[in-house]
Amino acid sequence: MSASNILEVRDLQVHFPITEGLLKRQVGSIAAVDGVSFHIKRGETFSLVGESGCGKSTTALSVLKMQPILAGQIVFDGQDITDHSAAQMRAVRRKMQMVYQDPFGSLNPRMKVGAIIGEPLRVHGMAGDKAQYHGRIKELMKTVGLLEDMAERYPHEFSGGQRQRICIARALALDPELIVCDEPVSALDVSIQAQVGNLLMDLQDRLGLTYLFIAHDLSVVRHISNRVAVMYLGRIVEEADRDTLFSSPKHPYTKALLAAVPEADPELEAQRSEQLIIGEIPSLRSPPTGCTFHTRCADAMPVCQRHAPERKINGETLLSCHLYS
Amino acid sequence: MSEVSLQAPPSNSPLAFHRKMLRHKPLGGIGGLVFAIFLFCGVFADVLAPYGMNETNMQKVLEAPSLDHWMGTDHIGRDVFSRILYGAQLSVIIGFLAAGLATVISIILGVLTGYFGGKIDMLIQRFVDAWMTFPDLVLLIVVVSIIGPGVTQIIIILGCLYGIAGSRIIRGSTIAVRENMYTHAAQSMGARTLHVLWFHVLPNVMPVVIVLFTTRVGAVILAEAGLSFLGLGIPPPVPTWGSMLSGGGRTYMYVGPWLALAPGLALTIVVYSINVYGDALRDMLDPRMRGR
Repeated sequence: MSASNILEVRDLQVHFPITEGLLKRQVGSIAAVDGVSFHIKRGETFSLVGESGCGKSTTALSVLKMQPILAGQIVFDGQDITDHSAAQMRAVRRKMQMVYQDPFGSLNPRMKVGAIIGEPLRVHGMAGDKAQYHGRIKELMKTVGLLEDMAERYPHEFSGGQRQRICIARALALDPELIVCDEPVSALDVSIQAQVGNLLMDLQDRLGLTYLFIAHDLSVVRHISNRVAVMYLGRIVEEADRDTLFSSPKHPYTKALLAAVPEADPELEAQRSEQLIIGEIPSLRSPPTGCTFHTRCADAMPVCQRHAPERKINGETLLSCHLYS
Repeated sequence: MSEVSLQAPPSNSPLAFHRKMLRHKPLGGIGGLVFAIFLFCGVFADVLAPYGMNETNMQKVLEAPSLDHWMGTDHIGRDVFSRILYGAQLSVIIGFLAAGLATVISIILGVLTGYFGGKIDMLIQRFVDAWMTFPDLVLLIVVVSIIGPGVTQIIIILGCLYGIAGSRIIRGSTIAVRENMYTHAAQSMGARTLHVLWFHVLPNVMPVVIVLFTTRVGAVILAEAGLSFLGLGIPPPVPTWGSMLSGGGRTYMYVGPWLALAPGLALTIVVYSINVYGDALRDMLDPRMRGR
């Protein structure tokens, strides 16, 4: 692998079994992630976007080895961690941390904020003596824009945005290289979303962090990402750098997603083209044949029903679509 | 925010804590007070009791409550008030040790099955299911008649009986806690299972544990009284509230109602107080309830 890549994921597959009856007999499976490959360069923000249930969060969890995978390879920092045991993973986890979507559920309500932020240090035996430990917590709180005297308070005394800052401080405690952000701003108010998004970008500049950013809100993604991959039913349909993807989307699904972003100007909103996407998301239990998007695609051709498109380079874009082959 | 920092730092002493409880949760505070008096009586029964537990006075048989005998005397002239105090002593010992044992068993089984799930859960909880199908009293009677009555036996039997049944409650709240994202966060940062259990699961099932423990203290005291009532509890002449009810209390109820009223009321008041105290404790220990 290239030394500039911090994470490489190759042909990742995650299936959830469907069980029935008392004996939990497996009657089928859901391919939540079905052959996903991507890589993240050191210091960049790579975003995975898509509708709910497209497998973006599952992909993120698999990268952290928090989710058993069926097949594929995960290479982190030059190390193949696909078959790492829990004990081997402990050392790796220091370098990869996670920020969660729900800032209310991801903080233990019975721990003080200082203890929450310092927990990764204690877990990895890096707390040092008392002065070092408390010094580090104060430093971290300052880094994310919290006041030092907040360390003695409990999470319920904070607003959503402040809680998300606490989560970020906790993720920073061990000086990680990769931070997986699973919809870190989607539970926040719009005004706070920008603050937290800017904080993440600012931290990236200062600390040289790499982000795997999971989101469904395209305006946030456009603001924060370097590269974007669009997922649909467990597969990446289009991947490109941000400007290319937003200025010239190629895949019909990407076009539809971009067209669905609401326009602030009511006149522009009224002029918007008609719906590009038809119907509901299909059942993952029996996904459509061929290109899984053909059931909802306005440009579907006969070939789309029969063969799944291969992933090909099209200009600046990595694309899986028959329209361009 | 400035309001918070202007206030005096909250005191953490148990005395201040209970003073606060009296103010915010009067019923629970009073319950705690009664509970404390009961504990005090139990611990210092030897000093407090005006008469010996088996000191008889044949001149004063079945006397109504008076200044000399606050709760009257029983059919062989023993002072009922003194016997209530000694009974409290046994109730404290059995109540705390058996409820403590029950809670520990519940936590171990409940957290193990709830957190790990899968086969362990299946195996242990099916055993718990089978165990719970036996009526408590029948199980108690069978075991006591096999190994014989005595304080240690009663503590172990009641501890196991309530511990195994209570594990279901702890298991339920463990599952709820396990599904919280902070548990997930701790796992993903590389925390060992023991760390997750100790710092995340246990503190968050604690409210349930506290209520479980306090209700168990009440239940165990009642169960012991029930066993003693049936003659399977602590062998006479040691006074327990249950045996006082079944012995003199039942036989002479119409001649000397105080014989039944004294242990009956003591039992009711103590068990009720412990329960309301447990509820208040749970509310007060929740950080989200603080400052309200």
